[in-house]
Amino acid sequence: MLEKVANGVLKGDVRSIARAISIVENNESEAEKLINILYPHTKGAYIIGLTGSPGVGKSTLADKLIAQFRGVGYNLAVLAVDPSSPFTGGAFLGDRLRMQSHALDRGVFIRSMGTRGSLGGLSPAISDAIKVLDAGGKEVLLVETVGVGQAEVDIVSTADTVVLVLVPGLGDDIQVNKAGIMEIADIFVVNKADREGVNRVVTEVRMMLDIAYGKKKNEWVPPIIKTIAEKGDGVEELVDAIGKHREYLKESGALQQRRSKRIKWELENTLQHKISRYLEEYVLHEVEVDYLEKIMRREVSNYAAAEEILGRILRKEGVVDEC
Amino acid sequence: MAESKRIRVLIAKPGLDGHDRGAKVIARALRDAGMEVIYTGLRQTPEQIVESAIQEDVDAIGISILSGAHNYYFPKIIELLKERNADDIIVFGGGVIPEDDIPGLLKAGVKAIFTPGTPTTAAIDFLKKAVAEKGRKEEVA
Amino acid sequence: MFKEEELRKVSQKRGEWEEKTKKVLEKHPEMKKEFYTLSEIPVERVYTPEHVRNMDYVRDLGFPGDYPYTRGVQPTMYRGRLWTLREYAGFATAEESNKRYKYLIEQGQMGLSVAFDLPTQIGYDSDHPMAHGEVGKVGVAIDSLKDMEILFDGIPLDKVSTSMTINAPATVIWAMYIAVAEKQGVPMEKLRGTIQNDILKEYIARGTYIFPPGPSLKLIRDTFEFGTQKVPLWNTISISGYHIREAGSTAVQEVAFTLADGIAYVDAAVKAGLDPNKFGQRLSFFFNAQQDFLEEIAKFRAARRLWARIMRERFGVTNPRALTLRFHTQTAGVSLTAQQPMVNIIRTTLEALSAVLGGTQSMHTNSYDEALALPSEESVTIAMRTQQVIAYESGVTNTVDPLAGSYYIEYLTNEIERRAMEYIKKIDELGGMLAAIEKGYPQQEIQNSAYNYQKAVESGERIVVGVNKFVVEEEEMPKNLLKVDPQIEVEQSKRLKELRENRDNLRVKTVLEDIRKVAEEGKENLMPYFIEAVKAYATEGEICQVLRDVYGEYKEKVIL
Repeated sequence: MLEKVANGVLKGDVRSIARAISIVENNESEAEKLINILYPHTKGAYIIGLTGSPGVGKSTLADKLIAQFRGVGYNLAVLAVDPSSPFTGGAFLGDRLRMQSHALDRGVFIRSMGTRGSLGGLSPAISDAIKVLDAGGKEVLLVETVGVGQAEVDIVSTADTVVLVLVPGLGDDIQVNKAGIMEIADIFVVNKADREGVNRVVTEVRMMLDIAYGKKKNEWVPPIIKTIAEKGDGVEELVDAIGKHREYLKESGALQQRRSKRIKWELENTLQHKISRYLEEYVLHEVEVDYLEKIMRREVSNYAAAEEILGRILRKEGVVDEC
Repeated sequence: MAESKRIRVLIAKPGLDGHDRGAKVIARALRDAGMEVIYTGLRQTPEQIVESAIQEDVDAIGISILSGAHNYYFPKIIELLKERNADDIIVFGGGVIPEDDIPGLLKAGVKAIFTPGTPTTAAIDFLKKAVAEKGRKEEVA
Repeated sequence: MFKEEELRKVSQKRGEWEEKTKKVLEKHPEMKKEFYTLSEIPVERVYTPEHVRNMDYVRDLGFPGDYPYTRGVQPTMYRGRLWTLREYAGFATAEESNKRYKYLIEQGQMGLSVAFDLPTQIGYDSDHPMAHGEVGKVGVAIDSLKDMEILFDGIPLDKVSTSMTINAPATVIWAMYIAVAEKQGVPMEKLRGTIQNDILKEYIARGTYIFPPGPSLKLIRDTFEFGTQKVPLWNTISISGYHIREAGSTAVQEVAFTLADGIAYVDAAVKAGLDPNKFGQRLSFFFNAQQDFLEEIAKFRAARRLWARIMRERFGVTNPRALTLRFHTQTAGVSLTAQQPMVNIIRTTLEALSAVLGGTQSMHTNSYDEALALPSEESVTIAMRTQQVIAYESGVTNTVDPLAGSYYIEYLTNEIERRAMEYIKKIDELGGMLAAIEKGYPQQEIQNSAYNYQKAVESGERIVVGVNKFVVEEEEMPKNLLKVDPQIEVEQSKRLKELRENRDNLRVKTVLEDIRKVAEEGKENLMPYFIEAVKAYATEGEICQVLRDVYGEYKEKVIL
């Protein structure tokens, strides 16, 4: 079954790609097997991260970007990520709505995803979905997330170019001064530029950028682009800027750097995850009860207990020789 | 770590009907019941609905029609799903649909019609059961 | 209105009474811990002069026909003339609708109300791909002047007033109506009627929009101007709260958002140089009559007073005729149940009565089978009789605003006005209704109310007879529901083909070009051009396509 799906993905079959994304979202062991098959076939699709507070117009912008990229013939995909309810686990995924004019274009694959409880860090499901789409032949990937909290910072660990979308009048100081915001964006967009206060936002961003980049040369200084996404104004400029950023990354070698960092980060994450899973099973089954009682009786502290347990695990795995 | 499977539902408004109160109330109720709800918005063609359902790999499509055009849209959508080999996707719906028309729709492949006055819990229970059924069938296959 | 001395006596007496009541409550508690209106306004056990202590009769109530019009827009009200019985109708083809109109007029209807199908409402001809399955279903299919001629065949347009529920393409349909009248020999100055023409509520609650807000407002301004100059007896807009309420809003939100829409329209017209004292006379409104009987009565009165105050204080209007909020009412569609449908007759009766006690100028009562289909001849007759019994047998029309002075009614009227003003202030802060819609504010409010209502019904907190209480398990469904023949679509498409073959296509091309030029330039009034175009038998779809090309299409804002 998995083989069938994998083959379908490699052929670019829509249903198979869709199924594959569900698998990486739902079923861990299957997900790993699937990615093991597909990963060697990925080509390094270009990933553009689109982030910003709710209501700034990311989806409308994405809709226009899709048109531009399709105009040049790229085969592309959009991952629209929305927060899942921390209470019910459910999610209302409404970004697709804005891009429905592309629903019938076979060169555009749009998928909505909930964050599904991953608080810190973009969920592995999103990284895996990206791999699936890449293996499925998508050349450009648009990852759209809501810029609230951790996710907006972590988009950087997933994307090659990060576009941060702001709007005038949304409490500009709050947006612009948020920790981490300025560091992550490669391109700033001020959408709804026909509204009052647009120049104020541009100025604020510019000031922050001057402080951060003023003295350095040879670095990419994030441009600030005004758009009116609904009308399509400024979109061409944005596409241009993305293209220039991509060029810069390639020529300066920064692309390689970023992707190496991303791979390292992902490997560490995966390791950590596997280790904690292993620990859950191991500790749960074998030693936890003993040590719990010892700690209860004040015979040993939590630190000492952990050291002993870890020692036993590593020896068991043959990592450390018996002393 | 990937979380346990979530039921994914596409809520669609085909045709020109602009009354979305019901669709939005259902969408919200399903979300509160832990499902992932993708809403297509108004003025969707059957083709757009089916294509979206496939890309999103949904378990079910919920169609809301108050304009009397149900005898056209439901069968059309089911027909397209069949063409794309996606007729395992559960089709259900609601709106202004006379009793007389319901048997015809069920025969065409619609799994359930929820008429005005049906509590949202009915739709939620139906979906949970129907998706579980589907899961069992797939395991056996 | 009350002397301090009086009020003190009342307060004292109430204190004693509450003490006594405590003992009663211990043995017989009330059915609920707290009581609320449908709009979540808390309701007390008893209302007294204390609740309206600051009211000034002359300032706050006045006499009917006098500012602030709380008691009515006109001094004699139903003693002089009853509200217009105006049943919304239209389905399938122009011929069938024409037959239904003649039937209704025979049965006592005083004014026509035209329902158009969805393709017509959204500017598509019956053979457009988006029209599949929708032709003639929710109203009559009108593709060209030919259909309009058939629709009004044998109906003298100088004798009936016609209300047309058409919004985005209202200009085009109005142009057709004017052209039909011309053919009948009736000049524009004599035409009476209404076009709904309220695009803002389409964005908020109804969904049959075409163009974005800017161009839509321009078209609306054109109608105001054209109406004021050429069709003075015509109501060029029916600012609607009905649909906002149907979408789930509370009564307070219904008033607030409707009047906020009104403010936006008046603003736009004033900015374009039009005089509110003139066009203000022809603004009309359209409200819902929902189930909280007393709240609805108070709502209508509050709306009248609030609008008069707004027009005078905000826009400096002095012409009394431009201060009055005249309205049409429809009983609440969402209150109809599919279960035990005959019970809907009772619901509709109470709703209709509240509208009469609230001083409506015209009314549509729903038919009992409308949760299932469009009204049959039998069911619409009962709907009409409902109004007729109220009008001729109940006696409530013998005096104006009979519930004035009721402590509860006056308290609620004040309360609804106050709460509505808070919303309007909030909307002002957001930058006006257009900005608020863009930000999704009214939509979000409405959805929250809709969801809360649903939860209340499902938890049993709100009772709906026949649905969550007094349910009949196996009931018999009404027979003879109206069905629209799907062949209609084929028929209309054939007609369109014939029309296009037999008309002067060169002339059509010219008039469409003219429209394009004027629309692009954006200054001239488009109405005369629409009239020329429809007379040349350009179709509604063709005209709207030109406008779509020039203006673009609106994309909805969805918030959940």
